[in-house]
Amino acid sequence: MIRRRGWKRWLLALAVLHGIVAFAGFLAPYDPTEQDRERPYLPPMKIHLVDALGHFHLHPFFYPVHLRGRSFDQFEENTDQAIPLRFFVSGARYRLLGLLPSRIHLFGAQTSRIYLLGSDAYGRDQFSRILYGGQISLLAGLLGAGLTLFFGTLIGATAGYCGGWRDGLLMRVAELFVALPWLYLLFALRAFLPLAVSPVQAFFLIITVIGAVGWARPARLVRGVVLSAKERDFVRAARGFGATDGYLLRRHILPETSGVILTQAAILVPQFVLAEMTLSFLGLGVPEPVPSWGSLLGSLQQYSVLVSSWWMYAPALAIVPFFLVYLGLASALQQDAGTGKIEKTTGGT
Amino acid sequence: MVRMARLSILRRLLGCGLLLACGTVLSRPAGGIPQQSSPSEELLTLPGELGNRGGRLVVSLRAEPKTLNPLTAADAPSREVIGAMQSDLVHINRAAQLTEPALAKSWKISPDGLEYTLILRKGLRFSDGQPFDADDVLFTFRVYLDEKVHATQRDLLIIDGKPIAVHKIDKWTIVFRLAKTYGVRERLFDGVVILPRHMLEKPYEEGKLGQVWTISTPANQWAGLGPFRLKEYVPGQRLVLERNPYYWKIDSKANRLPYLDELVFLFVPNADAQVLRFQSGETDLISRLGAENFAVLGRQEHRYTMADAGPGLEYNFVFFNLNDVDEKQSPEIARKQKWFRQVKFRQAVSAAIDRDAIVRLVYQGRGAGLWGPVTPGNPRWVNTSVARPARSLERARSLLKDAGFSWSNGPKGDSTLVDADGKAVEFSVLTSSTSADRTKMVTLIQDDLKQLGMRVQVVPLELRSLIDRITLTREYEACILAIVSPDADPNVDLNTWLSSGGNHLWNPSQAHPATAWEAEVDRLMEEQLIATSYERRKKLFDRVQEILAENQPMIFLASPDILVGAKNSIGNFHPAVLEPYVLWNVEQLYFKNNSENSGR
Repeated sequence: MIRRRGWKRWLLALAVLHGIVAFAGFLAPYDPTEQDRERPYLPPMKIHLVDALGHFHLHPFFYPVHLRGRSFDQFEENTDQAIPLRFFVSGARYRLLGLLPSRIHLFGAQTSRIYLLGSDAYGRDQFSRILYGGQISLLAGLLGAGLTLFFGTLIGATAGYCGGWRDGLLMRVAELFVALPWLYLLFALRAFLPLAVSPVQAFFLIITVIGAVGWARPARLVRGVVLSAKERDFVRAARGFGATDGYLLRRHILPETSGVILTQAAILVPQFVLAEMTLSFLGLGVPEPVPSWGSLLGSLQQYSVLVSSWWMYAPALAIVPFFLVYLGLASALQQDAGTGKIEKTTGGT
Repeated sequence: MVRMARLSILRRLLGCGLLLACGTVLSRPAGGIPQQSSPSEELLTLPGELGNRGGRLVVSLRAEPKTLNPLTAADAPSREVIGAMQSDLVHINRAAQLTEPALAKSWKISPDGLEYTLILRKGLRFSDGQPFDADDVLFTFRVYLDEKVHATQRDLLIIDGKPIAVHKIDKWTIVFRLAKTYGVRERLFDGVVILPRHMLEKPYEEGKLGQVWTISTPANQWAGLGPFRLKEYVPGQRLVLERNPYYWKIDSKANRLPYLDELVFLFVPNADAQVLRFQSGETDLISRLGAENFAVLGRQEHRYTMADAGPGLEYNFVFFNLNDVDEKQSPEIARKQKWFRQVKFRQAVSAAIDRDAIVRLVYQGRGAGLWGPVTPGNPRWVNTSVARPARSLERARSLLKDAGFSWSNGPKGDSTLVDADGKAVEFSVLTSSTSADRTKMVTLIQDDLKQLGMRVQVVPLELRSLIDRITLTREYEACILAIVSPDADPNVDLNTWLSSGGNHLWNPSQAHPATAWEAEVDRLMEEQLIATSYERRKKLFDRVQEILAENQPMIFLASPDILVGAKNSIGNFHPAVLEPYVLWNVEQLYFKNNSENSGR
């Protein structure tokens, strides 16, 4: 019972993290593609409570920042003019969860833009880009994992249940896929596809590619579970009573695989998020100006950014909680499923 | 067997190099190497700061030179290395951008402009100690003009379809006869390096000239007239040159140049890695710096001299596919070409581009916006009266309206540009994936054009496949690219402006000019080729610049400054805006404080 609550806690943390990214439109103050050409590579702005004269203010505010004269990368605060941070302000149009049109943003300011995490080479708000970039990366991970598990379960269950030459053929193909160096396969696949693809096309392309390559491992796991499950006494008994193959699979065998599938899901999602990031980092993912975590990190390939713009590392930090929570969930699920399995197998044989 | 022999020679060479590296730097045991000038030699005295002898200068090179053979060298690293090892008859001073005497101490051009008489310096020797005279020049031009050799310089020596005729008057006098007057005059001799007859005549007669002087040539099978000679090549790592003791230039105190004992080229393929090597003190000079890396190094300026030499001759531009594309094979491109072919469409794109932002964000202000192909770094040829309109979306919109385009409002309140058939205007721009600068430019342009309702997709491609697409398959919509002119003279870009040229990027190698204005450019360029006075050529080339600016076959964007750096200990460091930016006066570079350098 304690373990059950354990994985529920992980699930709650996951829901919160995904919620933040899902509501990016509301939480981010600006459109992620909007350029501010006066402020490239702007360091994160400071939110003040105490002004330049040492007076304390209850309402947080910030000072507008502009380029120092005759410089292109040095900024200074203009302390003459304090701009209060406002909440629930009206700003750029967006669609909440991709559906509800809205203009309300959690925070913002009237006369000057606020950059909580600085800006990139084109003066685009890094905070907004990280939130929106998470939508692409996480959705790619989730959909990719969904696709993989669907095909993996289908193929694994078929191989395990049918056995014989079908099992042999499917498992040999699976071994082939496991042995393939997936990154190079992705490069090759990408090279075959048309040159110019719109961001939406590119996104679905990545998911398809990731999903198509990853099915082998879950398929082998599912097959193992199905193989042992179909020899259980209660399955044999059901068959003896005249149950059809479809009924047996649906009612008795597939439920046995749920533990494995859930654990696999929790492992595969971060793995596929990482795959999407790798592709985008290398410039093969969703094209500019749409952000994804991988393409945000791509700017760190430049030495000058690496040494002088520390805030560009922020997307790398953003993925840490996601990965921790997903892996925590996976291990909690595994423990849960593991203990359950041992009980059942000992009871069965 | 041949390969085995070459390998063993290479191994011997490497062993030799190791031995030398352990001890002090030894010069070759050749008898009577002159350290001071002797009266029988006609040496060239260079003005400028006096330096100290000795030291080893290390620079990085973007790639391994493919060859040391000037006849076949086509890549920039090979040309850069050869530039430090060889000499020409008349040389273009990279700082002044004017010609100056080199192996020829003087020259005379006949009044009809057809006969060039060159007087050679007497008493010079190749780096292996063999004497140099008119026979070497004769041999050199015979080789360059031989069709079978396929020399890269051959085209420049064919005037009006006829090769230059070369005659020897005496041991020190050579006469060149041209079929027609040639506008560049004595500049044509720059880059035509003089080859040693005593070494290359045999391979030439055997028809093996293309195979000699590979980068792994043993040092004793190589000779030149440049400031440095071959010493050692370590594959994948470095090429080491040593001082040529017979070099024909001296300083004002009659000390023989060059000052340096060794010049080392390290192969560092990546621009960022070059910066790291420079920062760690491994290399002494750095050139071709990006603005951002320049700023990073500039923050530690007490250790280096960082210099902005001003706008160079690189011009960046966007161009559309104006080839005759087969409508059946690529219907998409053929459909979009209806837009690209309209001058007003191209003018509208140009008007919408924020060149100030490109200079500010891509070059951190270290560059100049461009409205024509000639950069402010070329004051002798730039047409300053070409209009330089500021960015104007209103003008862009009215141009598009005139050309039959209109706007339709989308669901999100954004407007989309549509053509007369109601099709949305969207196209893709190819960019080289290795050029961070141009990828940045195109991202800015993407946003600029979004404000006109155009949808632009950026397609990063590896440079090689990008060039293939433009020149061979011609399957692309638009492309962003840059050209770096090797010299300030308009002739060097002849291949780009002539409609028959292979570098006429938007529609290369045409049999007949496709448009009236291309025919006009052809005529003007051919006329300036044979015009003899600078004023006349300038007038003709000014008109070319105007036509290009008006018709926008290339939408010119910006030109970066030449950004370079050197350790503070290096003397005579005077970067130029022409290639090779920091090594053009390599014979005069020296270490101010030798004790610091001797430790290495």
